Amino acid sequence: MTDSKYFTTTKKGEIFELKAELNSDKKEKKKEAVKKVIASMTVGKDVSALFPDVVNCMQTDNLELKKLVYLYLMNYAKSQPDMAIMAVNTFVKDCEDANPLIRALAVRTMGCIRVDKITEYLCEPLRKCLKDEDPYVRKTAAVCVAKLHDINAQLVEDQGFLDTLKDLISDSNPMVVANAVAALSEIAESHPNSNLLDLNPQSINKLLTALNECTEWGQIFILDCLANYTPRDDRESQSICERVTPRLSHANSAVVLSAVKVLMKFMEMLPKDLDYYGTLLKKLAPPLVTLLSAEPELQYVALRNINLIVQKRPEILKHEMKVFFVKYNDPIYVKLEKLDIMIRLASQANIAQVLAELKEYATEVDVDFVRKAVRAIGRCAIKVEQSAERCVSTLLDLIQTKVNYVVQEAIVVIKDIFRKYPNKYESVIATLCENLDSLDEPEARAAMIWIVGEYAERIDNADELLESFLEGFHDESTQVQLQLLTAIVKLFLKKPTETQELVQQVLSLATQDSDNPDLRDRGYIYWRLLSTDPVAAKEVVLAEKPLISEETDLIEPTLLEELICHIGTLASVYHKPPSAFVEGSRGVMHKRLPARTGSGESTESPDVGTAAGGSAPEAAPSIIPSQGDLLGDLLNLDMAPPTTSGPPPPTTGMQMGGMDLLGGGLDSLLGGDLGGSPAMGAGFGAAPAVMPASLNAPVGGGLGDLFDLGGGVGMPMGAYIPPKIVWLPAMKAKGLEISGTFARRAGVIQMELILTNKAMSIMTDFAIQFNRNSFGLAPAGPLQVLTPLGPNQTIEVSLPLSTVGPVMKMDPLNNLQVAVKNNIDVFYFSCQYPISMLFVEDGKMERQVFLATWKDIPNDNESQFQIKDCHLNSDAASSKLQGSNIFTIAKRTVEGQDMLYMSIKLSNGIWVLAELRVQAGNPNYTMTTIRRSGS
Amino acid sequence: MIGGLFIYNHKGEVLISRVYRDDIGRNAVDAFRVNVIHARQQVRSPVTNIARTSFFHVKRSNIWLAAVTKQNVNAAMVFEFLYKMCDVMTAYFGKISEENIKNNFVLIYELLDEILDFGYPQNSETGALKTFITQTGIKSQSKEEQSQITSQVTGQIGWRREGIKYRRNELFLDVLESVNLLMSPQGQVLSAHVSGRVVMKSYLSGMPECKFGMNDKIVIDKQGKGGASEEAAGKSGGGGGKQSIAIDDCTFHQCVRLSKFDAERSISFIPPDGECELMRYRTTKDIILPFRVIPLVREVGRTKLEVKVVIKSNFKPSLLAQKIEVRIPTPLNTSGVQVICMKGKAKYKASENAIVWKIKRMAGMKESQISAEIELLPTNDKKKWARPPISMNFEVPFAPSGLKVRYLKVFEPKLNYSDHDVIKWVRYIGRSGIYETRC
Repeated sequence: MTDSKYFTTTKKGEIFELKAELNSDKKEKKKEAVKKVIASMTVGKDVSALFPDVVNCMQTDNLELKKLVYLYLMNYAKSQPDMAIMAVNTFVKDCEDANPLIRALAVRTMGCIRVDKITEYLCEPLRKCLKDEDPYVRKTAAVCVAKLHDINAQLVEDQGFLDTLKDLISDSNPMVVANAVAALSEIAESHPNSNLLDLNPQSINKLLTALNECTEWGQIFILDCLANYTPRDDRESQSICERVTPRLSHANSAVVLSAVKVLMKFMEMLPKDLDYYGTLLKKLAPPLVTLLSAEPELQYVALRNINLIVQKRPEILKHEMKVFFVKYNDPIYVKLEKLDIMIRLASQANIAQVLAELKEYATEVDVDFVRKAVRAIGRCAIKVEQSAERCVSTLLDLIQTKVNYVVQEAIVVIKDIFRKYPNKYESVIATLCENLDSLDEPEARAAMIWIVGEYAERIDNADELLESFLEGFHDESTQVQLQLLTAIVKLFLKKPTETQELVQQVLSLATQDSDNPDLRDRGYIYWRLLSTDPVAAKEVVLAEKPLISEETDLIEPTLLEELICHIGTLASVYHKPPSAFVEGSRGVMHKRLPARTGSGESTESPDVGTAAGGSAPEAAPSIIPSQGDLLGDLLNLDMAPPTTSGPPPPTTGMQMGGMDLLGGGLDSLLGGDLGGSPAMGAGFGAAPAVMPASLNAPVGGGLGDLFDLGGGVGMPMGAYIPPKIVWLPAMKAKGLEISGTFARRAGVIQMELILTNKAMSIMTDFAIQFNRNSFGLAPAGPLQVLTPLGPNQTIEVSLPLSTVGPVMKMDPLNNLQVAVKNNIDVFYFSCQYPISMLFVEDGKMERQVFLATWKDIPNDNESQFQIKDCHLNSDAASSKLQGSNIFTIAKRTVEGQDMLYMSIKLSNGIWVLAELRVQAGNPNYTMTTIRRSGS
Repeated sequence: MIGGLFIYNHKGEVLISRVYRDDIGRNAVDAFRVNVIHARQQVRSPVTNIARTSFFHVKRSNIWLAAVTKQNVNAAMVFEFLYKMCDVMTAYFGKISEENIKNNFVLIYELLDEILDFGYPQNSETGALKTFITQTGIKSQSKEEQSQITSQVTGQIGWRREGIKYRRNELFLDVLESVNLLMSPQGQVLSAHVSGRVVMKSYLSGMPECKFGMNDKIVIDKQGKGGASEEAAGKSGGGGGKQSIAIDDCTFHQCVRLSKFDAERSISFIPPDGECELMRYRTTKDIILPFRVIPLVREVGRTKLEVKVVIKSNFKPSLLAQKIEVRIPTPLNTSGVQVICMKGKAKYKASENAIVWKIKRMAGMKESQISAEIELLPTNDKKKWARPPISMNFEVPFAPSGLKVRYLKVFEPKLNYSDHDVIKWVRYIGRSGIYETRC
């Protein structure tokens, strides 16, 4: 007789019949009935109506029947809490049974019934079972504490079960230890700060001892728990590693992976020069490779983990490339993962083999796999320069197959190869162009268009090609449209004569007929750029492109560290932190690798420090900026070019989004400089010390300085030059001291530098570079230090500056970040230039215009300052200010006060109008400035 | 930990559903059916995340086993557990099929209650389980029996019970190897490895302490250092063949004392009663490749292919390989095939898109050949035929890795039998794993 018949009773009135059978006197019939109930429950039928009848069967000495009834109870007790009480007595009685199997069964089942009243009754039996003489009961009770904690955490704490559970870690039976560890680990996860596990060298020792004796599952619990421990020093770390390594030979892959996790984590603490460190690295490779002969599902888990391990410590598997070769009948998920790892392990040494394999894969059946293989060939080219040529020819071979998706994928990667190795493989463009018609995927079309635009000068019929795309412009995806727009603008800049019509066509398509804001904005930018300044447009659009990085899809380092701590778990399979897929508080705590102690640290961290410091201020980042950034740059640039047009358009303020960018800053800057407000004056912190005594202003400020100039009439006219201050102390720059100032001489902004060599060796090869800044200051020529700078020598250089460099708003606005390079190193410092450097010579406004403008500007743009202790009369002040390109337009005298009206124009075309009130005999002036937003 | 375990038939009907955690609801059962079993496209991953719930699945014939969780569980452990679960079920009722599962559903629930507690895997050794999950109703166990059961289930040697007695102490060792090869059309070995298993069937009384020895290079070298003369003697007396082999990696049944292996490289254990897989290993160096396949494919115009394949056996002439099968793939647009082979039988199987050539037996150092003419239907399919590799199956009576069992010593101090009284059998079988030659 078989049990499958229970699945087939589906007739009506079944429940009724079952009820009768359950209440039958015959034991066999009862049992049959309960089996039917369970079968119905399994397939999802609601048999909760039979609750009292089933519970009645609980009182039996038939263990099989009892288990079935318990199974029923676990399922339905929650929906029938009142009736569930009926079962309590039996449970309590069973917990006292002479048979340990029944005691354990009772306590195990009670823990699964989430009904408060049952839970209350659970406490006493559980307490007894935790101290039961039989290990089987104890190991079951240990897990039961975790169950109870899940139902009612407070109860567990109040009843002191946690302490009992902790005691079980020292139990004589390894399985009890393992289950106690599992239960404690789980409870600890929901109390991140409780220090519940209280791992210390003594308890770790106990765990390591139990590790050798318990079941495979127990070993996993213990290893996973060990991984949460942070050893005190590298010696303790080593001794734990030594005791964990034997687990690498376990037949259970999960034991192996958990051991790998512990080792990967604790290895962080070992000094790299230690012999043991090398030994450990060698020991890790074989078990990882062995995991690949497990069943496919486990292979998948292993491969996802190996992917992480290879990123963290590439040296472990660098000689094991062959084992990742794809087998013909691997499941697809294994194939894709293997491919990923192959690319990560590709190096000059094995590239020939890898390429041969990849070429083989590119002819397989599975489309995703083939695509990935083609892409992998491109990544190899970018990663291993020596192989680039071979990769390109392989890709060309693949294009010859004319298999549609292979061709498209190949074109996408060839674009990247062009980016990485410019002017090397362009000979293949002709072949690519032949396949133009077969491209139907946006990414491939965009890539092809990019290539045509980028190399328009080499492709005779570039205009025809691009024109052909233009026909269906509105049906293309955004990616293609944007690319097409840029490509045609590039083409126009390269061959302006014959493509004017085309560019106008695309610009109007992009700006007038498109609903896509990105496309429209980019269209407008190009349009205005081209119409205002084609030279600048060329510089922008055809600018040299930053390099693309070699490794594209590396996991971000902090995430990688966290994932290494989760080796073997779901997080490592998803490559996501647990918080991304686990609800609630569990597992949200971020895990980190321990810091290295001992000698390792000192050798490693400086490298990182300089690397980070070195790349940050560099103008050209090594990654392709995202589209958003580019757009931002363009906007900035767009706002910057000097305008010389006549009457200003009505000030609307909103139109120039970019203006607000500078607006606020400029006000405060001018204010600070003119009025000498303490906050802004701080930028000139070094100045007051050398300020002439005649100016007793509390803090030196821009305009205050302008007024001063040695305090006398008859001084030669000239712009104010702040005194030189030390910008880069010798201590910070390996002996190079730089001090300097800014000056405006004959309409040119000069950066005047004094370089002093305070080191013992000769310095040569000086060069200078600025970071992007608020007013686009940039060196107009190279730094002229022609002779080597010997020890203790000083040299004065003056560097002409232009204001057409890239613009980025700085804080404070007049901040300038400078990089100076010599034969020793690159040094960075920042300094602040007086805003008066930027006042241009043609800043004298027509009287009429001035009046009109003054009225036009809203009061919001007005600010007022007091200039204290200035003993000049209004004429002297006026002539002095003129030296700094602050022009007096008009003067009137009202009630004994001289009112001077002045105009200033900044190098970026912003006008500032000012009113200066001077009262004879009062050394305090009042200045009102208003700023006109844009012109 | 594991929140629930479901078993489905191929239609997606639930056969077994056991929920361990409160965070898994009944809807999880349906979510898996809808998103994985009934999914249109091929399964792309054995782990699926549906609405923050993770499903792990394995398939046995047309039965789906799925473990469900909402936590960051140990994924490797879940799969190991699912495999173990299959092993246990097979040990209890044979093949995993819909019928067998339905017939034994009460037993399966009982097992699931025992081997997973709150989602934590517990002892799942069949030997131990069979002592108390019997399906014959309650046996009136004596107190001693009960405590013996529990101490075995939880004990250090959970895989063996005490008091086993045999009249004849006997053990069988099978060295089973599968040799894997990927060869280029030019005969260059792209990758080759042997994955081997040592399977032990023991019928020994008491709690025997065993020690297993093989020609592991590290062990032999270590001994060689002890006495150089001995090594020299061994070399001259060996009479060809490798003295020792380099094992890349090995893993052991949980009965083997791993720390001892790590420290001394000696393999000592108390075996489970009956059959167990003592060890798995992998070698990549100096593999004896039993067969060499030499393919020759010529395209004659667009509608004809000429294929010639030569196989050469590469082992001692006195040994016989069996169950040889060569599978030569043919293009999808094949219209007819004509085959001529010197030995065995060859047939074109249209349903499998391959010519299957079978040879019953073949001695070492021989060669045989097949030639075929494949007629093709003209197609306008641009895509080229992918040319899958030629694969091969066979069985040889030696270990392609060169592994030799040196000894297996048995000590049972409490009972009066010695190592000499145990009857031991050793057998070597080499099979083809994935043995492919590209063409």
